[in-house]
Amino acid sequence: MSLEHPLALIAAVFHPWIAAGIAMLICFFACYLTALSWADLTYVLPTTAFGYVIIALLGRFWLHEQISIYRWAGIILITIGVGFVSQGPSRTEKPDETAVPS
Amino acid sequence: MIPALATGGVNPWLAAAMIGGVAITSTVGEVCTAAAMKSIGDLDEIRGKSGLRGAIVAVLTCPMFFVGVGFLALAFFALLLALNHLSLSLAGPASASLTLVTNAVAAKIFLKENVDRRRWISAILVCIGVYLLAH
Repeated sequence: MSLEHPLALIAAVFHPWIAAGIAMLICFFACYLTALSWADLTYVLPTTAFGYVIIALLGRFWLHEQISIYRWAGIILITIGVGFVSQGPSRTEKPDETAVPS
Repeated sequence: MIPALATGGVNPWLAAAMIGGVAITSTVGEVCTAAAMKSIGDLDEIRGKSGLRGAIVAVLTCPMFFVGVGFLALAFFALLLALNHLSLSLAGPASASLTLVTNAVAAKIFLKENVDRRRWISAILVCIGVYLLAH
């Protein structure tokens, strides 16, 4: 498939698997935007990296792929990093926000 | 510098420039999107008041949101360009993990986020982890 055949590209969008993938990506983006509306970027971004871990584990237990020792190390580091950031506050409190009565 | 072998015969400086281009466009996109969402306010509250439709309208009427999405799209094409010239095992993890660190720096400078020691450590741990996992 290439850009010389734009019709093939449009047809691909309606392929069930690709359509499902696009729908899931739209869901991801909507959830991501909602998270950004109440949490800091430096809180949301490391947390979404946990998706890499889920992909790797799905590959291991669903598709029976081999995971090297480096990848297990990567999974452990991401898990520690996400656990670390989630212990802190999700949002930087600005002085003008704390002044607003709740 | 990155050895020429790892860059698939591409000049290492050019390879670094391509990966840097991905990191910069992606960081600008993320920071603009985050700034837009912060200016809109808590989407869950807006959805509670004016429904899903109101929340979608609130996002789609924010010009900064489109600036952010435009840069994120640019970052996607910059990544495609880099993947055209470099190997997947270099360009993928290098740009993904570099973006995490540049984002932490940009969020501190431009969004005035409180990036404390805990967030630095987790950004660096996740950065190394993503590199190892995607390599």
